[in-house]
Amino acid sequence: MQVTISVNDREYMAEVEPRLLLIHFLRDQLGLTGSHWGCDTSNCGACVVWLDETPVKSCTVLTAMADGHRVRTVEGLERGGELDPVQQGFTECHGLQCGFCTPGMMMTARWLIDNNPDPSAAEIREALSGQICRCTGYENIVRSIRWAAEHEAAERARLDGEDADSVPEAAG
Amino acid sequence: MTAATQFSPNGAYGPLRRKEDARFIRGRGTFVDDIQLPGMLHGAILRSPLAHARITGIDTLAAEAHPKVRAVITGKTLEELQLAWMPTLSQDVQAVLATDKVRFQGQEVAFVVAEDRYAARVALELIDVTYEPLPPVVDARRALDPGAPLIRDDIAGQADNRIFDWEAGDRARTEEVFAAADVVLAQDMLYPRVHPAPLETCGTVADMDTISGKLTVWSTSQAPHAHRTMYALVTGLAEHKIRVISPDIGGGFGNKVGIYPGYICAVVGSMITGKPVKWMEDRSENLMSTSFARDYHMRGEIAATRDGRILGLRVRVLADHGAFNGAAQPTKFPAGFFGVFTGSYNLQTAHCEVTGVYTNKAPGGVAYSCSFRVTEAVYLVERMVDVLARELGTDPAELRMQNLLQPAQFPYTSVTGWEYDSGDYPRALRLALDIAGYPELRREQAEQRKGAGLAGEDAGQPGEDAGHPGTLMGIGVSFFTEAVGAGPRAHMDILGLGMADGADLRVYPTGKAVLAISVQTQGQGHETTFAQIVAAELGISPDDVDVVHGDTDRTPFGLGTYGSRSTPVSGAAAAVVARKVRERARIVAATMLEAAPDDLEWADGRWQVRGDPGQGKSIAEIAMAAHSGLELPDGVEGHLDAATVYNPPNLTYPFGAYICVVDVDPGTGKVNVRRFIAVDDCGVRINPMIVEGQVHGGLADGLGMALMQVIAFDSDGNCLGGSFMDYLLPTSMECPSWELGTTVTPSPHHPIGAKGVGESATVGSPPAVVNAVVDALAPFGVRHADMPLTPAVVWRAIQGRPLRNDLATT
Amino acid sequence: MQVPAHFEYERATSVPHALALLAKFGPESRVLAGGHSLIPMMKLRLAQPETLVDINDLAELAYLRVEESELRIGALTRHAELLSSPIAGLHFPILHDAERRIADPIVRNRGTIGGSLCQADPSEDLSAAFAALRATMVIEGGSGTRTVPERAFHLGPYETVVAPDELLTEIRVPILPGGGSAYLKVDRRAGDWPVGAAGAALWLDGDTITEAGIGLAAVGAEHFSAAEAEDFLRGAQATDDSFARAGQIAAEHCTPVSDQRGPADYKRHLAAELTARALRRARARARGGEA
Repeated sequence: MQVTISVNDREYMAEVEPRLLLIHFLRDQLGLTGSHWGCDTSNCGACVVWLDETPVKSCTVLTAMADGHRVRTVEGLERGGELDPVQQGFTECHGLQCGFCTPGMMMTARWLIDNNPDPSAAEIREALSGQICRCTGYENIVRSIRWAAEHEAAERARLDGEDADSVPEAAG
Repeated sequence: MTAATQFSPNGAYGPLRRKEDARFIRGRGTFVDDIQLPGMLHGAILRSPLAHARITGIDTLAAEAHPKVRAVITGKTLEELQLAWMPTLSQDVQAVLATDKVRFQGQEVAFVVAEDRYAARVALELIDVTYEPLPPVVDARRALDPGAPLIRDDIAGQADNRIFDWEAGDRARTEEVFAAADVVLAQDMLYPRVHPAPLETCGTVADMDTISGKLTVWSTSQAPHAHRTMYALVTGLAEHKIRVISPDIGGGFGNKVGIYPGYICAVVGSMITGKPVKWMEDRSENLMSTSFARDYHMRGEIAATRDGRILGLRVRVLADHGAFNGAAQPTKFPAGFFGVFTGSYNLQTAHCEVTGVYTNKAPGGVAYSCSFRVTEAVYLVERMVDVLARELGTDPAELRMQNLLQPAQFPYTSVTGWEYDSGDYPRALRLALDIAGYPELRREQAEQRKGAGLAGEDAGQPGEDAGHPGTLMGIGVSFFTEAVGAGPRAHMDILGLGMADGADLRVYPTGKAVLAISVQTQGQGHETTFAQIVAAELGISPDDVDVVHGDTDRTPFGLGTYGSRSTPVSGAAAAVVARKVRERARIVAATMLEAAPDDLEWADGRWQVRGDPGQGKSIAEIAMAAHSGLELPDGVEGHLDAATVYNPPNLTYPFGAYICVVDVDPGTGKVNVRRFIAVDDCGVRINPMIVEGQVHGGLADGLGMALMQVIAFDSDGNCLGGSFMDYLLPTSMECPSWELGTTVTPSPHHPIGAKGVGESATVGSPPAVVNAVVDALAPFGVRHADMPLTPAVVWRAIQGRPLRNDLATT
Repeated sequence: MQVPAHFEYERATSVPHALALLAKFGPESRVLAGGHSLIPMMKLRLAQPETLVDINDLAELAYLRVEESELRIGALTRHAELLSSPIAGLHFPILHDAERRIADPIVRNRGTIGGSLCQADPSEDLSAAFAALRATMVIEGGSGTRTVPERAFHLGPYETVVAPDELLTEIRVPILPGGGSAYLKVDRRAGDWPVGAAGAALWLDGDTITEAGIGLAAVGAEHFSAAEAEDFLRGAQATDDSFARAGQIAAEHCTPVSDQRGPADYKRHLAAELTARALRRARARARGGEA
């Protein structure tokens, strides 16, 4: 069957079998190997990507189900060559070791902060509770996400401060 | 030319952010399944549904006829290539594809090569295998029963399921001491079968170039050079015609040390089809057929004086090795380093016996950050110390403090012959007790036991927060000594290969360096830490040192990463080779400065004239000069390159003190880990940020093993831990915010005093958690309960009807 | 990773269209909603439908509203939506208690209430929670709409009364005054299936229990409920002793099975223990106490 899916703001049309899992479509057909897979039972979360505005386990979504929808993967976190604060946070706080769970963790982190700009450590742990990491023991992942949230809040405050100082431009 | 950056060794050591992160945070890592080659085919393995059965027929015609299938390989195909069996790392053989019998559920029976992974999966269902079931041996405790089914009838002269008997220590002296001791206690304990379960499963892309005769294998391998040598020995291909590449690896933890049948099948598949063949196992294959860990049935005995002096330890172990002895440890150590079961204490004597047996389960045993069975050894001794503390009515921290080896005793040779290099154990324990606020914790526990009743209170949501009326608080202490960095060639080899590792260092004319190492990171951050080692020795920036690893064409020989050996062995090699380069540079600098080499001293990242620091040259300046027209003395060549192979003189002995605080809900058995305090001493720390990350990860392992992880079987040999729905791994919810502390006791024999830390936390944490839970249940008279301490296990322990959950009766 | 066998795929554009597709493709077709029960089963080859009818576009089936003294939940409502719904939490905290412990936040973004109930796993938390609330299931088919009490909805493990050409469209929960509810679950690890779980709903008049609902998951309770214990509670005083007794009665009428999560005696104990605790918490909430 034919599908049309927007992935990281770019539209793809492809001929796929109905049973093709979204994770395999992204990795094998689009070459977006940043999202990974690690289990057979939807437990590990290495495959987390965004479907429209929410993170999903792409090993449990058919490509067919994503037809007409938008997908965002880790490759789409960086915008215009600038790392997302979540990506920066993970580097700053040693939130990754082998890197295999990291894309999924970051996609969930981005969604969490978008909806809850000041998440507590407990809220972060809850948001990540469906995703396994074997290397970090989770502590630094939590710190990385806190770093990103704080960094973004500081950036917003700085920009608000600038707006308050600046002369408003004429409406165009 | 830019001025060389001034770095002191301390400047290069520190919490440097990792170089490897750049690609991983962008999703630009290259893991084996990311590799796509032109014309690449996909392999899949047909596995046995039965634990023990004779194969009476294999019909592959329908699979071969499938339009997308390019090859079907069976044991028969491999027999013709003499590849049906391969040597294991324990002087046994393992079937690559079964020929006569299948000996564990999940054993490899056939291999299909197809155009895509979905078609390969379809093709598996077209293969028809007929089996004649045989009674399986599932309970290791029954493996040596008279008349037990013989599993390894393929071995000439094998009459039963015994693999080996091994002992260490002084049997006679131990008997004497035990006979005369005031207190002798015995405790059976199981370290159940678990699995490392790295998030990335195992796999390979094999590409046999039939024209050049070169085989390239991308593999999830923690030991690419060892794999290459093995492939050479097994396939008959010349070693220099084999290239093994470990790209990025998504966690290893000992799961990726050995060569699996799937790798060999992919190689054969590529030879047959002339195309690259990728084989990636799925998670159930990983859990059911690759190297499991532990499965030690232990009986510990401890002898002590009435006033708490531990005199000796005696242990009897039954080791379940599965259907083939595939345990990965040095040759002369069939029970790995279990001999360090004497732990961190000043014992007079000790003795242990280990019997290894075959069962109808997957092969393995040594994996999952065990440091070659140190996990089992530490668990044993730390549980026994707690059993003794309970019997004597002594605080377990006090009892340990009373018996720990003292700093003056180091280097210390244990009663089983292990030479511990250095340690200040009391200091580490004191620090852990401080961080924990241990006296306050014991006070809280005493209050709780005095005041709150054990029934009739609403304990709230099962397993919820501390201090709820009705929950039982437990505090567990664990003190461990690790034995890592294998190892001296004279004593240790794997398949005849000595455990020395090489390092090659090249400094280019502009003073940038490339270090090629033989060990293989799977997340430990070698690209950063090894750059720091070289940077410290050469006074250059870690940014100016590139670390090359994972490709046998580009790196020196060595035995790879496991047993926490990277820093102790390869880290040493990196320091030594950098010092060789520095010494070369001394000679060139002397020429540049028109001084004698002996008149130069190394300070502030330069060779400078002693007494005239204004006259000095940095490595960058020297490198350029070495490659220039500068006239060098006779016999001195114009480069700053060096190679070394480091043969460690001894193991290194990191150590630590851990304290776990739990709250147990007696109405449900649910355990909540409230706090976990970990003080680690791994000698000199190159990158504290990375060290702490390693500790965090290992602590989660310990929590998982203590509370939820087990690869269980039913009495028919069906594996009950074949998915992440059944083999449970800890999440962010179960793990507390780890509280770390550190002491630094350098290793006297290591060039930079570092000891390695990768497995310390996995070694030290399970007994801390179990000791805590047993402590919580003390009011119920519980002396011991086996891992995993699931709610059911804990509740049944409270009822006095222990539950064994590694073996289910069907 | 394991992958499903081949199947045909259809996307429904309306409820009548979905029903027509189900009728057309017959009993070897299955409804695909969140897919987080079905797709894992298909990957493991435990289910091999010939056709999947994707109903994710049926926005008309995703809602939570109060109508005619009932909380009405569209079957396509995602777990995450139920968990974040203020009106659901206000009237029936049992539903939030249960949802908070189901799977994980990512799975809850996709899995649906209807999908979980139709999967009919004997360990399904929502089956127990809705049983405690005596919900009613609304089922649509070619021949019209029918309602079935939730307690008659499940025929056995993985089997419901929904025919191959029917669709569960709505779950209705009666809202009565003076109530409180709660759900407690023991699992081996966050997101795991329950080893045992109990939900309780109580309606009080002073200290007297006017109505009680007890739902049990994973312990072999018939219709996910404890009718005998409920009978005992009706008209009784809302005391700890009554609740303990109710728990014992509930446990007596369970037939738990030993498995890797736990042995039967432990599960039976949990049935009693968690029922009593859930009742105590429901009482506290009915009295306007603990949130």
